[in-house]
Amino acid sequence: MTQMTRRAALVAGAGLLATPALVRAQTVRELTFYYPIAIGGPVPRIIDGYCEAFQRETGIKVNPVYAGNYGETLTKAVTAIRGGAGPHFSVLLAAELHSLRDMDILTPFEEIEGAGDLDAWTRGFFPAFMANSKAGGKTWSVPFQRSTAVYFYNKDWFRAAGLDPEAPPRTWAQLVEAGRRLTQDGKWGVKMSSSAGNGQWTFGAMANQAGHKLMNDAGTETYFTDPRAVEAAQFWRSLAFEHRITPQGSIEWGVLAPDFLNQTTAMIWSTTGNLTNMRTNARFNFGVAGLPGKDAPRTVVGGGNLYIFKNASPAERAAALRFARFVAAPEMAADWCMKTGYLATRPEAWETESLRRYTSEFPAALVAKDQIPVATGELSTFENQRVYKALNDNLQAMLSGGKSAQQAMADTQAEATRVLRPFRG
Amino acid sequence: MSATTIPQASALPRLGTLLETVAAWLLALAWVAPLLYAVWAAIHPTGYATRFELFAPLTLANFAAAWEAAPFARYFLNTFALVTMVVVAQFVLCTLAAFAFARAAFPGSGILFGLVLVQLMIMPDILLVENYRTMRALGLVDTILAIGLPYMASAFGIFLLRQTFKQVPKELEEAARVEGCGTLAILLRVYVPLAKPTYLAYGLTSVSYHWNNFLWPLVITNSVETRPLTVGLSVFASTDQGIDWAIISAATLMTSAPLLLGFLLFQRQFVQSFMRAGIK
Amino acid sequence: MKPARTTLHAWLMLTPAMLLLVGFTHYPAIATLWHSLFTTPRATRPARFIGAENYLALADDPVFWQALWNNLVYAGATIPLSIGLALAMAMWVNGRLAGRTALRIAYFTPTVLPMIAVANLWLFFYTPDYGLLDQLTATLFGWGPTNWIGQQETALGAMIAVAVWKEAGFFMIFYLAALQAVPPNLYEAAAIEGASRLRVFLRVTLPLLGPTTLFIAVNAVINGFRLVDHIIVMTRGGPDNATALLLTHIYELGFRFWDTAAASALTMILLAMLALAAAAQFAFAARRVHYR
Repeated sequence: MTQMTRRAALVAGAGLLATPALVRAQTVRELTFYYPIAIGGPVPRIIDGYCEAFQRETGIKVNPVYAGNYGETLTKAVTAIRGGAGPHFSVLLAAELHSLRDMDILTPFEEIEGAGDLDAWTRGFFPAFMANSKAGGKTWSVPFQRSTAVYFYNKDWFRAAGLDPEAPPRTWAQLVEAGRRLTQDGKWGVKMSSSAGNGQWTFGAMANQAGHKLMNDAGTETYFTDPRAVEAAQFWRSLAFEHRITPQGSIEWGVLAPDFLNQTTAMIWSTTGNLTNMRTNARFNFGVAGLPGKDAPRTVVGGGNLYIFKNASPAERAAALRFARFVAAPEMAADWCMKTGYLATRPEAWETESLRRYTSEFPAALVAKDQIPVATGELSTFENQRVYKALNDNLQAMLSGGKSAQQAMADTQAEATRVLRPFRG
Repeated sequence: MSATTIPQASALPRLGTLLETVAAWLLALAWVAPLLYAVWAAIHPTGYATRFELFAPLTLANFAAAWEAAPFARYFLNTFALVTMVVVAQFVLCTLAAFAFARAAFPGSGILFGLVLVQLMIMPDILLVENYRTMRALGLVDTILAIGLPYMASAFGIFLLRQTFKQVPKELEEAARVEGCGTLAILLRVYVPLAKPTYLAYGLTSVSYHWNNFLWPLVITNSVETRPLTVGLSVFASTDQGIDWAIISAATLMTSAPLLLGFLLFQRQFVQSFMRAGIK
Repeated sequence: MKPARTTLHAWLMLTPAMLLLVGFTHYPAIATLWHSLFTTPRATRPARFIGAENYLALADDPVFWQALWNNLVYAGATIPLSIGLALAMAMWVNGRLAGRTALRIAYFTPTVLPMIAVANLWLFFYTPDYGLLDQLTATLFGWGPTNWIGQQETALGAMIAVAVWKEAGFFMIFYLAALQAVPPNLYEAAAIEGASRLRVFLRVTLPLLGPTTLFIAVNAVINGFRLVDHIIVMTRGGPDNATALLLTHIYELGFRFWDTAAASALTMILLAMLALAAAAQFAFAARRVHYR
């Protein structure tokens, strides 16, 4: 483990000892948790380091199990729990909240022993990151590996097109204007992903940019036919068909970064999780900015939260919660942020000396953090993946020219209403 | 195929052969293109994964980065153990079953063989949940045995060996019986040696299948101690950062190198074994 | 040997394999059928018997019909293409072409490469603008960028190409083995009669390859429904279900939507189709192929 982690562990450990309400789960010797990897770099080693530090502090051994990407981790965790041998806790997509509740495999944090000061603790996270955590008056997860949508832009290219590289677009109108100047033969002004599993994320940001939220907090209703949702869809469609600054058809998430690095696209809508990659591989000057909104920048959060499962014993649940607190401690969260590019989930972490020094050397990290206040939660409902599929299929049909924005939104709403009917009333 | 009816040694067949050669080579080029590309992308810095410049700088950093991303040494060991175990078990189980089907005329053998062939069509990949339950009941979750168990009785293997055994002349068996050999001895001394090519052909096919199998191992394993190489490979498959073709290429080459090398070294024997196996 | 003892020996030899087959193929398949007759159990709603309702719901699901149609196209294209190419490859490699060892190795490489990684390399080939295919078509024909897997017209074709690439070399090995086993005197006899190469191929070679073709066809049909790893990695059935196949839809229903009952029903439909296909093939074979 590095110097930084060790110190972070000490500080975090001190914080734990100072928490009187915490039940010491003495009977628990071992915990298993699943986590996905969605970024490059030696993530397993970092996680192993935190688990070792936690064991030194508490005597509890945590076995971290890398379980694939987000989708595979969910599959694996649910299959294992249904088979009766699941992990005690896991990092899963924050937006899976309602689907996971429907499976009845989660423990609400309020029901865990020694969670007395829960409110004070959860208030310490950025509210946007807690947006997919609460339902039915209870807390079902806490933020861990979190990001926000931002866009990367090619400064050299901006300059060549006569645009100010230090004043990237902040509104839809500015985006279209810049895109028109940047788009030329075989080179695109802007790209955002509409592929399966990603389109709903892009669209969640766009709806927020139009001042609209796509679902209710209970996850039982969606609002795709709202004029502002249609406006957002219309805007996306116009980028491809009216302004022609983005290609028609579906765009894979995986090729956005290579597109940008190959300088075939001037701006890509991506995630803060991509910062390190860009910093290492871009052979040109690039900038990071908050996604433009209809009037001012607006964005969406993303990433994974820590969930604690029902199949863990009360003592194991308490120990898992203790681990969640351990990795959320300021020095730990700061360490995680610097090593992975994910955002530290608590404002206090950004006040640590190490993270301050890091952001002064690498201000792009601050851009991402500054987006948190204007970010909305991810689209999250019951039968989440079905609603995602309905939306993504329709977005893809719309972007291939098969449907109008109005039609795409109406069809999405019809399918979502059908799927969510059993959860209402 | 050349469609000409003009006798040989005239110009047209030679032109036909030339055209065929060109077509064969073009097809070959298309077929190795992904491998060639993987080699290119793996030995150059990330930026050159999409640009082909003759004098691009060479590097081994991608291999180092790929090796770092997961405990590949342990995964190699696991895959090796898995593949060895599966192939040995397949040989034993399929030999016994195939011999029974090929040479023992017993009531119900047709129906049983039909039941075996069902497995050719039912894919273990869609029986994940049920098979997971079974493994859990057997207490085998997160073991290398559990990865291999559903594949050990292989309909494909039974089918191939049955075909081979059926071609063994009955006289050989009768001669052995006259010498006083029992059923098992006949199997081991007469049938198995004659089926060597089939074993080689089937074995290599099986190795390449299990070396590359992904979904079931991912679901049934939890720890570094049991996971095969492909699970390690999946670290690179989908990320927030998009695809890094250089590292994926390095990892692909690294993990399939033993198979590729094995095939390069033994490809003549491999094809000949298929030929002599009389698979037809 | 007495029939009773033969039967006993046969059963002894079959038992280990049959136990495993029953445990990991037949039992789970029947369990799947059983589960397809119930609702998916949820937190507040335990499973209850609903008979054929899951099947009726599938009949109402437009994605199911599209996946079914796509799968028929996919199988209808990959089966003849991979078999035809495999035969051509085998003829070339078996003939007197220059460098046939190199050709043989080239054709076989896809078999040993793991699909989970290779699918990502193919993604590069299909990427618009700088992808290999676009670089090639731009140089050769001066075409503009094509969004190969991002538009509905070309996505399924792109997936078919990857499947054929993966399969053909494997099937080639079987044909090659069969070709090398053809007795040379048959060719000599044909040569004496002055038959053209095409005639030799049609009258001598092809009939001898009948059983091999049947064997390969069985495998090709199964792969026409099973080989979907690359689709899950590359498009997940998109854009707008243009590349959705039955198995990808099963995976989606079962492991993304957690609607295990619907997934079970669809699994049963897929199994029924495969059984039909197998029965048709063997019925055809019984009339046309002379099996030893």
